[in-house]
Amino acid sequence: MSGYRLAAPAGAWIDRTRPLRFRFNGNEVQGFAGDTVASALLANGLVHVARSFKLHRPRGVFSCGIEEPSALVDVGLDGARTPDTRATDLEAADGMVCHPGNAWPSLRLDIAAINARLAALLPAGFYYKTFMWPHWHLFEPAIRAMAGLGHAADAPDPDRYDEVSRSTDVLVAGGGAAGTQAALAAARAGAKVLLLEATPHLAQADALRAAGVECHTRCTVFGLYDHGLAAAVQTVGGVVRERLWKIRAPRIVVAIGAFERPMLFPDNDRPGVMLASAVEQYAVRYGVACGQRIVVATACDSGYHTARALKAAGIEVAAIVDAREHSRAEAPESVAVHRASTIVAVAGKRAVRGVTIAPQAGGALRTIEADCIASAGGWTPAVHLHSMAGGRLQWVEDTSMFVPKGSLPGIEMVGACAGQFDIPLGVVPADHQPSAAALASLGHKPGKVFVDLQNDVSASDVELAARENYRSVEHLKRYTTMGMATDQGKTSNVNALVLMGGQTNRTPDQVGTTRFRPPFKPVTLNTLAGGRSGERYKPLKHMPGHAWHEARAAAMEEFGGWLRPAAYPLKGEGLIEAAEREALRVRTEVGLFEGSPLGKIEVIGPDAADFLDLMYVGTMSTLAVGGARYGLLINENGVIFDDGIVSRLGPEHFFVNTTSGGAERVALAFEEWLQCEYVKRRVLVAPVTSAWGNVTVSGPRAWQLLQAAGFDAALAPSAMKHMTLREAAYGGVGMRVLRASFGGELGYEINLPALHTQALLERLWATGRDFGVVPYGIEALMIMRTEKGFLHVGGDTDGTTLPGDVGMDRGIARKAANFVGRRSLLRPAAKDPHRMQLVGLLPRDRRTRLPVGAHAAASKPPAAIDGFVTSSCYSPVLGHPVALGMLARGQSRIGETITVWHLGVGIEAEVAKTPFYDPSGARVNGSD
Amino acid sequence: MMQLTCPWCGLRPENEFSCGGTTGTARPSLDCSDDEWARYLFFRDNPKGDHAERWRHTFGCGQWFNVLRDTASHEVRAVYGITDPRPELTPR
Amino acid sequence: MTPCSTTGRAPIPSTPRARCRERRCRVRRTRGSGDEVVASSLRTRYSAWNLLAASRQGHRDWAPAWRDADPKARYDVVIVGGGGHGLAAAYYLARNHGIKSVCVVEAGWIGGGNTGRNTTIVRSNYLYPQSARLYDFSVRQYEQLAVELNFNIMFSQRGVLTLAHSRHDLDAQSRWANAMLCNGIDAELLDAKQVRELEPRLNFGDAARPARFPILGGFIQRRAGPVRHDAVAWGYARGASSLGVDIVQNCAVTGFLKQGGRVVGVATPRGEIRADKVALAVAGHSSVLAGLAGFQLPVTSYALQAMVSEPVKPVLNSVTLSPSLGAYWSQSDKGEVVIGGGLDHFPSYAQRGSFDTMQHVVAATCEMFPSLGRLRLLRQWAGIVDVVADSSPIIGATPVPGLYINCGWGTGGFKAIPVGGWTLAHVLATDRDHELAEPFQLDRFRTGRFVDEAAAAGIAH
Repeated sequence: MSGYRLAAPAGAWIDRTRPLRFRFNGNEVQGFAGDTVASALLANGLVHVARSFKLHRPRGVFSCGIEEPSALVDVGLDGARTPDTRATDLEAADGMVCHPGNAWPSLRLDIAAINARLAALLPAGFYYKTFMWPHWHLFEPAIRAMAGLGHAADAPDPDRYDEVSRSTDVLVAGGGAAGTQAALAAARAGAKVLLLEATPHLAQADALRAAGVECHTRCTVFGLYDHGLAAAVQTVGGVVRERLWKIRAPRIVVAIGAFERPMLFPDNDRPGVMLASAVEQYAVRYGVACGQRIVVATACDSGYHTARALKAAGIEVAAIVDAREHSRAEAPESVAVHRASTIVAVAGKRAVRGVTIAPQAGGALRTIEADCIASAGGWTPAVHLHSMAGGRLQWVEDTSMFVPKGSLPGIEMVGACAGQFDIPLGVVPADHQPSAAALASLGHKPGKVFVDLQNDVSASDVELAARENYRSVEHLKRYTTMGMATDQGKTSNVNALVLMGGQTNRTPDQVGTTRFRPPFKPVTLNTLAGGRSGERYKPLKHMPGHAWHEARAAAMEEFGGWLRPAAYPLKGEGLIEAAEREALRVRTEVGLFEGSPLGKIEVIGPDAADFLDLMYVGTMSTLAVGGARYGLLINENGVIFDDGIVSRLGPEHFFVNTTSGGAERVALAFEEWLQCEYVKRRVLVAPVTSAWGNVTVSGPRAWQLLQAAGFDAALAPSAMKHMTLREAAYGGVGMRVLRASFGGELGYEINLPALHTQALLERLWATGRDFGVVPYGIEALMIMRTEKGFLHVGGDTDGTTLPGDVGMDRGIARKAANFVGRRSLLRPAAKDPHRMQLVGLLPRDRRTRLPVGAHAAASKPPAAIDGFVTSSCYSPVLGHPVALGMLARGQSRIGETITVWHLGVGIEAEVAKTPFYDPSGARVNGSD
Repeated sequence: MMQLTCPWCGLRPENEFSCGGTTGTARPSLDCSDDEWARYLFFRDNPKGDHAERWRHTFGCGQWFNVLRDTASHEVRAVYGITDPRPELTPR
Repeated sequence: MTPCSTTGRAPIPSTPRARCRERRCRVRRTRGSGDEVVASSLRTRYSAWNLLAASRQGHRDWAPAWRDADPKARYDVVIVGGGGHGLAAAYYLARNHGIKSVCVVEAGWIGGGNTGRNTTIVRSNYLYPQSARLYDFSVRQYEQLAVELNFNIMFSQRGVLTLAHSRHDLDAQSRWANAMLCNGIDAELLDAKQVRELEPRLNFGDAARPARFPILGGFIQRRAGPVRHDAVAWGYARGASSLGVDIVQNCAVTGFLKQGGRVVGVATPRGEIRADKVALAVAGHSSVLAGLAGFQLPVTSYALQAMVSEPVKPVLNSVTLSPSLGAYWSQSDKGEVVIGGGLDHFPSYAQRGSFDTMQHVVAATCEMFPSLGRLRLLRQWAGIVDVVADSSPIIGATPVPGLYINCGWGTGGFKAIPVGGWTLAHVLATDRDHELAEPFQLDRFRTGRFVDEAAAAGIAH
């Protein structure tokens, strides 16, 4: 005996003119458009469709909605495989492929079903009491393999997702009677109303549209967040699989209904035991009879409502078993009502075959043949959204339910979720378990009473938790795992609270509820990511000259959020090999580099000079117009966080360079000081990084190249000194040319409007052929600056490095301004003579490269840390490796031999002065 | 995700802003003690309740302003100018 | 009539030889002041054998895991905060120092704060020697904790892998790994191929779509891994309770009793409790309690979010961290993918976190694990983390005599429960900082002697 499809016209939601077929568990299942996978399975007489998490007991469809704890399937194949999908919340589609989760090798013959036989050894929390010796790892692999439900996809998701943000006057979550009423009232009062309905059907769609309400179906509000933000997920299908909605509304009406609470009785987990309202909905919505002979087990008048509806649909109702003595509800004609009675046994393992009932007072047993039990133990308002938003709850004794207590600003709960039902419930007892007397009538040990169907938590587990003092509701939940399954206890929480209350002499509200957390129903990760994926996930910035670098076959990598050339390897050349070739060529001839990501900030105003003195460790106010100076920036804690060259364009105009990664950070820091502390200073800070491109020409032949390209003689090395800035026009474009060099050669950093960068690169590249010009990338630059011992903030420094550690604290004593971080340099730690200091390092054998990160120690690690290597490369111009590092008291140990250790291997090194190359620094001067 | 009322741009979502922490901490002079300096840099009331903090409209006008916000409920009690005194409000 | 010392409930008349009436508990009063256990057959020891034996009794004879005590009028030590650190401190006071007149006062239910809300990772891959010693002591305690507490905490030493997405990352990790080796802690550098073998589902990109964040390698601490967080709280509670410590739940401290400027006890809704010493172990609420006692801390409280997916068969083999993406992932033994990220960026005591932050962390997950994008988020929550400028803790005396504190762990307190408890117990018992805790005093904010573990904190501890 099992379910079947009712004759037409039964089933308001299905379209019998559009039949479909899908596969479940390898077999073909027939259905109609509008069916869910669950309704189609039931219509095809399939009862056993899954297995539970811990004990692997057979499971069938339990509910008709998102509260489903049992009928979980994996749907789809390969990259589109979606595990743990509620069959009750999955619209059937032609060609769909579904597999039961959590059963191996098959649904019928599941090896782990042996767990059910070992249930006595596997009570709640059994794993805390064992598996300790010899250690957990011995047992973990087997336990992990048994745990989990479905299987994740094994390839990337092929589907697309998107996100929409909306602002409206009134958001109504739920298109049932209460929600529709609220939406119509608000629309008629002139508000802009958005109504979101979770199911595919909106009963009063026409009336709503006529009133101007914007409606969407298949759209579930899953969370309420700060300041009137609601989030919802919509099943779209087609080009976009799911859509995330983010809605701001000053008024949110929540009308999301209530979940039915099941009856508690032995073996109440058998396939065929279902929520009564679900049995009713399958008949009315989908035209499916869940069984041929149905017993209604109830403690609520709504059970009678279900019985009448089933009878009206032509489905046989064998009996109503009411745990209560009295009820005013009307039973359908010719259906026996057994009052003050309860189910004490269920026949059938993989499908219900019948029930045995007994009076609560004890006495004669009665068996009733049936293949479906409709369980109606009361109702649980869906208070989740109210609770997430911080709302409190109160217990209603008459009907044994938690309802919202008070209201929250901007949020209204209406309808069943607020405890207002449109069908009578009568008096519903909190505890409607079979009494001890009723169970005793059975004459043998009764089956397990299940509270949480997915995690196999039984009433005896709740007793055990109480006995072991896991009595608070959160301990109960975490110890037994009650309410922690994919249904998050929607149909089990209240029963568990009632049981715990009974064990500990407390009312359900004294036990309390666990914290309700978003999402109200599980939401696909890709949907939440909201289209921040693929190319749109943290997109990289491209330099203005990007195309030119690609044409030179640059090896592009990310540096500080920008895509930049690491080097330009020739055919067969490795990256570092290329960098070494480029660096050597720059030192002997000339190289071209794009430095556009370098941070640029205009600092303008009568107080600009004084302001920069407050920002920098060094003094900028003494800079002559046209001069440039290296500047070090520290935070209030004294720690170096950026550096760069500051140029003076006028008495009240400075052009500040920062590191490429630090541009935003520095400009924001300047602004913060001006707006929050130095509010009276007359300074304008304008970040202009992306407005200016930067083409850098470096090397002894740099000026020759520029001259040949037609740059003004005023920029010649004899006319323009190192560390000066000139404004110049070239090709009709105004440029700012700075003589500076991070590599230590004659260097010109040409700042120009970004859109002209590419053209200048091409011009200089074409002209440069005669001068042996080479494009060089970041790695070549790093080689050159390491040869010179120049600081790389973020490479040689970390979150602790102070100016004195890198030899940049001279002159502070003479400086007047109380610059940012100055006071921190006077603390005891800053004066510690054992601090690490930046030094040069040379491998003793002049051959072995010292790995970056290798640590200096007196003996093989484990050993006390003396220092570590921060930068390292092979120097092509010197013909041996060079390195920089931080070393305790390093500056007073020049000439000492130390050992640096990398992964256990020691390399001898000499502490050396820097620069390694061109110590006098004369090369930057160049010649005409 | 909260919303904040930028005094120049109006009501905008939280992800357009950056929080700058507690506001109104005056920068001591160079001759202050190590203790005073530590208090200025690090020591805070960190209240569970009304907190006077400053925010910047980073992805908007870039301006700083002060906010009095309840750190337990996230309710914004007041928005005021960066140099204005903290408004006197009765605690919730 | 006073409660039975084993079950903590069923009151026994004070007359000699009166018996506990709790089923199967055969404690009886002696002539003196204590109780004598006469072959109590309430099952207290956890083992497979006992599990089997108990199954024959329908598991009706298990003893409570800990006693709910009525607070006495005075104790030697009162610990405010019944999370992992507070409970561990109480346990070590009793076990290491023989101090059993201890009361743990918890405002809610034990382990209900950050201990029950974290992503359960235990590791000691820190940069500086002071941190290495501190956290590795903790890891070594965790390695034998299940056996010591006789409570399975399920420490799965499957390894914590930190990804390198650039050559700069590789350099930084080389420093990190070598520092760990100098500090005597296990660390291994892995190349891209080895990372792929360990976690094949990571996004290595392909010809059609190169990875936005290429994986060039990584480094791993193999002894690190997840632990069952609730079990740590319950295990320490059971251990402390069995040694005589009183645990009082649902009892908030509303003020401090002072005498001549010295703290001499706490005020609670259940009355005043006096003590020679009071310790605070309340994490995100440290400033609130400090405020009641009249001093400030260098702490700001933020929300730190965590979330889980629906459970699936095993897909992740280790704990994986990507500092560049600001997220980290592991899979619980139950099958849920556990996801964590960085702090929400404004002070909060709300324990929920911002939707925007959650979206960023989920986007990072989908980017790093493209085959897991169809899993569904099941639940998302947040704790309140007490963040300090150098991402290192504060353990020791406060400016108020008689009051001690253990706080400032920020996003990384769970892994440090054993060492936090151990060192707090030490300073309470001996009035001297434990050697491991010496570098972590309040004074360092004045001297500038920070132990800056922001890098090791990465996104979150």
